[in-house]
Parts: sequence; structure tokens; C-alpha cells
Amino acid sequence: MNLHEYQAKELLKKYNVPVQEGIAVETVAAAEEAYRQIKTETNNKFAVVKAQIHAGGRGKGKVKETGMNGVKVGKSVEDIASFATGILGGTLVTIQTGEAGKKVNKILVAQDVYYEGPNPTKEFYLSILLDRSKGQNVIMYSTEGGMDIEEVAHHTPEKIFKELVHPGGGLLPFQARKIAFNFGLSGEAFKNCVKFVTNLYNAYVGLDASMIEINPFFKTSDEKMIAVDCKMNLDDNALMRHAEIAQLRDVTEEDPTEVEAGQFNLNFVKLDGNVGCMVNGAGLAMATMDMIKLSGGEPANFLDVGGTANAQTVEAGFRIIMKDPNVKAILINIFGGIVRCDRVAAGVIEAYNKLGNIEIPIIVRLQGTNAPEAKKLIDESGLKVQSAILLSEAADLVRQAVA
Amino acid sequence: MFALFLRRIVKKGAYLIMSVLVNKDSKIIVQGFTGTEGTFHATQMIEYGTQVVGGVTPNKGGTLHLDRPVFNTVADAVKATGANVSIIFVPPAFAADAIMEATEAGIALVVCITEGIPVQDMVKVKNYLLGKPTRLIGPNCPGVITADEAKVGIMPGFIFKKGRIGIVSKSGTLTYEAADQTVKAGLGISTAIGIGGDPIIGTPTVEAVKLLMEDPETDGIIMIGEIGGSMEADAAYWIKENATKPVVGFIAGQTAPPGRRMGHAGAIIGGADDTAAAKMKIMTECGIHVVASPADIGKTMAEALKK
Repeated sequence: MNLHEYQAKELLKKYNVPVQEGIAVETVAAAEEAYRQIKTETNNKFAVVKAQIHAGGRGKGKVKETGMNGVKVGKSVEDIASFATGILGGTLVTIQTGEAGKKVNKILVAQDVYYEGPNPTKEFYLSILLDRSKGQNVIMYSTEGGMDIEEVAHHTPEKIFKELVHPGGGLLPFQARKIAFNFGLSGEAFKNCVKFVTNLYNAYVGLDASMIEINPFFKTSDEKMIAVDCKMNLDDNALMRHAEIAQLRDVTEEDPTEVEAGQFNLNFVKLDGNVGCMVNGAGLAMATMDMIKLSGGEPANFLDVGGTANAQTVEAGFRIIMKDPNVKAILINIFGGIVRCDRVAAGVIEAYNKLGNIEIPIIVRLQGTNAPEAKKLIDESGLKVQSAILLSEAADLVRQAVA
Repeated sequence: MFALFLRRIVKKGAYLIMSVLVNKDSKIIVQGFTGTEGTFHATQMIEYGTQVVGGVTPNKGGTLHLDRPVFNTVADAVKATGANVSIIFVPPAFAADAIMEATEAGIALVVCITEGIPVQDMVKVKNYLLGKPTRLIGPNCPGVITADEAKVGIMPGFIFKKGRIGIVSKSGTLTYEAADQTVKAGLGISTAIGIGGDPIIGTPTVEAVKLLMEDPETDGIIMIGEIGGSMEADAAYWIKENATKPVVGFIAGQTAPPGRRMGHAGAIIGGADDTAAAKMKIMTECGIHVVASPADIGKTMAEALKK
């Protein structure tokens, strides 16, 4: 599950990780009020308005309707009001959103952290994620903060450091110190960095995060170390033990069809193609998509109906796939193991009859337990449904359907 | 006396007397025995002829289930039955604990079927297993089957007709598909190992491939992977140096968009290296017979064996 910046920062504060403070708002009036409050608290007339969407590149991104950038610095209530007007309700397009962009429902009015002081400021990069091949958490960090880390990794890989964390011992003090030394910090900033990294790791583990990225990780002119931005991704499998965090899910950021599919316990991902598919098992579902492509079509979706392919799930699957007007054919590919194919066939027929007005070709490939009986059921149903047993036969039918 | 001696061999040298991982002498206990899933699949395993010697459900010790004894702890079950294999059907929140309990009790092979275990739990498990003799298969996998000997998993047994082809796969139904095509191509299955679709699993692709490469009852290996991670590439490099048998490979997710999780927790493209195309390229360079279409797995294996 992805979180917004403002949500992630609230969670970090619970673990005593210092963040750039701010107030999330949904209206221009609330933005003005938030600015006044922040100005008083920080004694600084500068403040930042940041669009809250689940995508990076907001600063360079532009709101389609107004041409305004997704992150703006202002120094008066008028500035803030004009930014809020230009961003709220607009569609922000960044390098990560694609052309369609994302609608901005909330902005974060945040304190300015680039204030003047006795020492120079500095931007770093810090993230924690899972190293899959080692089965350990890893802290990745770089002195090149505030820019796209993939660029840094590509052009100057020597500037990226990694610190693996032992699963038994956790992050050890010497490791946190090593990171602060590699940043070139000393004095108060050094101490603050050690605390920051330690607390951030605790947050990562405590929240069951799969990724936390702090970019920029910022040294202020008065030697504080704070998270100016935070990207946080939580492990969906662990949400069962974080009920209150699960409520932070923002469904407006997700595809509405995917949200609906989730309500039927269907694992659905929307794609751009013309052949819909419904499959049992995630691996076979991906393989079926690949086969559609090799047969001349383009997959319109990923859909894993799981171990219980019955009339209800098949009907829900049909409804969800057919919402997409680009779909020219649907391939149902079920390998019946524990699930009997004739039962699935009966479910397909029932769902088909219930929906009634299916105009596009339906190809049903049922293999495994009772496959011949299932094929007979489909063939004798009188429905405009083509049946196959072998995967290669199904591929041929898809080829004909999209030709 | 002899029985005791035999039990000791089974316990100490579990791998020596097994074909690959399991055989008809494997003694299996079911963790989460009395639950719906555990009951259903234990019944199927017994029907297949697998030696299920009992099960574990805390607080139900001393009772009988499916005519077999139920124990409170894995240690009790091992002591009373001499079990050397455990299959886990425990809900995700408790599954990591179940794996570690089986490990502590000295079980040689733990097969964890459970899907949805939090990643940080598996980080702990992986660390816990280090230096211990226990092998973990899974989690989020269909299990292991050695045709006509033992089924320690949830796969439909009848598809796996006895033969000499081994299968290693991250996916359940795709394993069945591959087995079915293999049989239709006139071949059969020796052992199929479902290694699981999670980001952290007990036995990565390369280790499962090694087991089959060393197995005298296996003549060819089908390796099925998917997007995400580097396990297929690691296996490919090993195969390049060590293969003595043909390997047919397929990677699911050639059409998957980057950054989206495709059903399995581990099936997500994170960078340029873990796309299907990147993996297929490495595998081809390492001498694996890579198929683009999942419909070609069986016939490609039949052709590879003729060469």
C-alpha cells in the first residue's frame, strides 16, 4: 500500500523521526489558515505548497489545467492562496504519472527548511528497503540528495552506499555512525543523523514498510537532520496487524475497477490491451497474458480468480472486464486441479446467461480435472462460447478473434 | 531395535535415502492439521499414498484427526512418530512461527503452503534457518511431489504421471500446466518442486535446480520463473557451468507493466534487470531452451531430449 507524503510524515513522527512540518488541506481557505499558523510557529514568512499524489517528480511536474508546478515556494498568504487555487482539484502530470496525470485532492502546506543560519545546508539521500537476494533489509544512502536516485546510480554508482542490516541484531550503533561519517557530518548534525537513521529503521520495521525513501534527507543551517520528503510503501500482507494504518489507504489514487475487483476478492490489474482474461493462479495469469500477446492481441488486464472459480467469481470477472470498451474478446483459462472443470463450466454458463448481452467472443479453456466433461457442457450449452482444452488451441482461438 | 536404528537414519540422513526431497518413506506431519485447508489437503495427500503420520494443532494434542494423532507441538509429534517432513497450512500471521517451530524440532524438510506471510516475518525466518540442517520450501507454494511416491502439497496428483522430467516453478497452476504438457508430449514427471512466489523463499530456483540436476531419476528440467528478483538469472549462471541435462525455461510476465504487483507478492518489476526479457536473455545465453509461449513448454522439452 502506498501512502501520501503527509501520511508518511505523520507516521514517522510517531517514531521520533524529525520531518519538515506541515498541514494537509483540501481547500484554499484552509491553505491560507495553515500558512498563517506555520508562519507564526516558524517565525518565517516562507512556506511550501506540495501536491499530494502517489507519484514522484511533483516539483517539475505541471498541473494540466493551470500549468502550475506541483511544488511551489511562497512568502505571503496571497502566494499560498494562488498556489492552492492552481493546484487543488487539478490534474498533475509528472514523469511518473503518465500523460493522464493524477487528480490532486490534497495539498501539504509545509514549513520552509532552507532558512538561513550559521552553517551551510546540505541535501542527502536515504532509503530503506528489502534486498531480496540476501533476504535482509538494506539502507541505501548517498551524498547526492534532492535528485533522481536512479540517475545517480546510473552515472555515479560510486556515490551510492549500502548498509545491510542483520535480521537478528537489527541496525547496530556503529552502522548508524558509519552512515553519518560517510555523509561527512560532524558535531550536532552527526549526532542528529545517528538518531535519525536509528529511529527511521525502527519505523521501517515497526510499520512493516517495504520501502521508505527520504529524498532529500536534509541538514538545516542549524544542524538539524530532517526528512523534507518521504515516500513510503507498506507491506500489504502485514496490514492485518496495523488496522489503523490500513485505514490510510486512499482509494481515489487507485483504478476504480481494481478497487471494485478487490471487493470480490479478485486480483485485478488494468492494462491497455484488447483481449480480457480470467485465469486461476497468478503465474498462469501472467503466462496467459503473454500468450495473448504472442497470438496477436494485447492483454487488457491481469485477473487471478484464485482457487475458487465459481459462478459468482466468474460473473464478477465478466462484469469487471467488460467495463473496458476496448475489450474485443475474453479468454477464460482455468487449470482445474482441486477445482473441477465441469463446475467452472457450469459457472461460466450460469454467469453468461445471467449477463445475457455479451456481444464479444468468449473463449473458454478448461484443462485438468473433468476437462472433457466441461468442454461437452460448454459445447452443448448453445452459447456463443468457444471451448478449448489445450493451451495451444486457446492461442489459436485468440488469434482468430483478434484477426 | 532395528526400528530405532532405521529412525535414526531417517532423521540424520534424510537426504540420502530420498529421491528428491520426498519419497514413499517420508513421514509427514501437517501443521494446522485440523483446520479446513489442513484437513482437506491432508485427506488428498493420504489418498495419494503419502505417509501422513499425524499433525499439530496447539491445544488439540491427544485427540485423533483423520485417524491420525494430533499433537500440541512439533517436537511432540517428531518424538512420537519419527516425522521428518512437515507441511504447513497455518494462517499467515502465525506461519513464520510454525516454520521456526518445525526447524527447532529437527524436521529435515518444511513445506510452507501459506500465502500472505509478512515480508519482515520471512526476513526473520531466513535468518533463523541459517546454519540449521532444515530445508524450507515455500512459502506461497503448491508444495513438492515425487510422482507415485509422495505428494506433500496441494497439487492435483493425477496430472503428475511418473516419468523422468523434473519441474522447478514459482507458480502453482503454471506447474500443473507444464506437467500436463510434459505428459502429453509423451514424457512424465520425476519430481516437481513449487518453490513459491514470495520475495523471500526458503529454497531459491538455483538450489531446486541443483537437486534435480543431481537426481539420477531426472533426465531433463523445466524451470518456470516470473518477473521480479534475480533468482532465475542466478540459476542460469549455475546451469551454464554445471548442466548435465537439458533445461527448458519459461518466464511469466513478458507483458507485465513495471512497478505493478502481479498477484504474487514477489512478482513486481523493480528495475531493468528483473523484467521477463532480461531474464530470458540471460537464460538463453546460458544454454537454457527458453520458450516465449507457455504453450510450448512440453514439446520443447521433448525436442531438447532428442538432441
